[in-house]
Amino acid sequence: MANDLIKISNLSKRFDKLVVLDDVSLSVTQGENLVVFGQSGTGKSVLLKCFIGLLKPEKGEILYKNQKLLDLTIKELNEIRKKLGFLFQGAALYDSMSVRENLEFPLKRHFDLSQTEVDEKVSSTLSLVSLEGAIDKMPSELSGGMKKRIGLARAIITDPELMLYDEPTTGLDPITAKEISKLILDLQKKLSMTSMVVTHDLICAKIIADRAIFLSNGKIVFEGNIEELSKSNDPFLMNFYSDELID
Amino acid sequence: MKLPKTRYKKKYTVDDLIYNFFANISGLTIFSFQFIKSLIVPPYEIKEIKKHMDELGVKTFPIVSLTGIVIGIVLTLQSMPIMEKFGASDFLPGMVAISVIRELGPMITALIFAGRVSSGIGAELGSMRVTEQIDAMEVSAINPFKYLVVTRVTATTLILPILTIYVIFIALFGSYFSLILSENMSFQYFTDTVLKAIKFGDFVPGVAKTILFGYIIGIVGAYKGYTAEGGTEGVGKASTSSVVYASVLLLLVDVALVKITLVLWPTI
Repeated sequence: MANDLIKISNLSKRFDKLVVLDDVSLSVTQGENLVVFGQSGTGKSVLLKCFIGLLKPEKGEILYKNQKLLDLTIKELNEIRKKLGFLFQGAALYDSMSVRENLEFPLKRHFDLSQTEVDEKVSSTLSLVSLEGAIDKMPSELSGGMKKRIGLARAIITDPELMLYDEPTTGLDPITAKEISKLILDLQKKLSMTSMVVTHDLICAKIIADRAIFLSNGKIVFEGNIEELSKSNDPFLMNFYSDELID
Repeated sequence: MKLPKTRYKKKYTVDDLIYNFFANISGLTIFSFQFIKSLIVPPYEIKEIKKHMDELGVKTFPIVSLTGIVIGIVLTLQSMPIMEKFGASDFLPGMVAISVIRELGPMITALIFAGRVSSGIGAELGSMRVTEQIDAMEVSAINPFKYLVVTRVTATTLILPILTIYVIFIALFGSYFSLILSENMSFQYFTDTVLKAIKFGDFVPGVAKTILFGYIIGIVGAYKGYTAEGGTEGVGKASTSSVVYASVLLLLVDVALVKITLVLWPTI
């Protein structure tokens, strides 16, 4: 489609003999929330890491705004990375820095802002994730949910046009997981971002997804919306949302 | 930067150990070239280098102070009976000074520094690697190698010579202290004997080689931490192997440097 922000074609990635992604093709349109679903170990995170340039695929093509990411130099790739946000599974907060320093870090590196402007941006971003009070805490003093929120705040502080989420609700209790999912949706609406969310959490997917794809053994086995997924007669997909184990 | 992968197993065969040794050496070489390349390209991260010089260097002062004073005292007390036996007691301060300046001061400071700093860098960067903090930096378009590795290695390279000079003075003070107690030697006599015995040429190679020692300690710790894998176990391995590799390399490089020094300055 003409307004595809991301277009991935025939992407394959293997670790030694283990094929993790096998000829995966997908696209994400501007403003869309795409959820990549699947069991643990099916290559969901690898897909995100190939896109952002942390892993190099063996085969395939990745287009971002019609730019071939795999052909870019590290300098050119970094220019694109500045426009992206990435929330890691464990939040990946820099543990030698306070929450304030974590949020200031990308701002001070990429923008020519005065300290007052940086302070204002940090405090307004923290208010978006409702954690203004945690500004001077160290990551070790935060709970799992708070870490995810701060990780999210750090990812959106540079006003990215695309957000990538790697298992945003893993390891959280159901209530906090729902809160984080709703927060992701709210932020996406407020900041008009496009999102690609990797998860195996059905509740999170139901809240966030405009569209979902299902990865199994490195291949896309389903593409559509969550309602279609929940109505599927495929035993494998049924197993994912059913309370019972279906043979 | 593509680094060779070491074999990671529960039980290692001799073949694995030999493979890992050469993989580590070639990895360290590639890492070193990347360091030199990154060092000359701006930004220079001066603030971070100063911060690490404080964290890695200044905080090592207490332990090296203790080590320095003990070297001075022990070396003097151990040598005293032998020197007396040969009627050479007057040369004792000079002998201690030459030993400490040429070899003991630089080597022992480097080994203490390796134990404290190389393992610390290995553990810190290893922990950042396994918790995806290094990846987070990379996807934020910040060069983690420049920010984490170059700053630390530069700091260790700059701080070790300073620490060594300090240890040399502390060790000489320890020596003087033990001579006051046993011989009631005057400070004037002690300094005169030391200054007569040492030449500037004793001092320069001894301290200059600590620049290389500081680099080895920093680069080994950074390499082991930066390439850590396998969760918390991997962090532990990165920390311990940093000390082992750094210490072995220090000893081997020291032997080579002593030989080179003796060839270049045969009178020393």
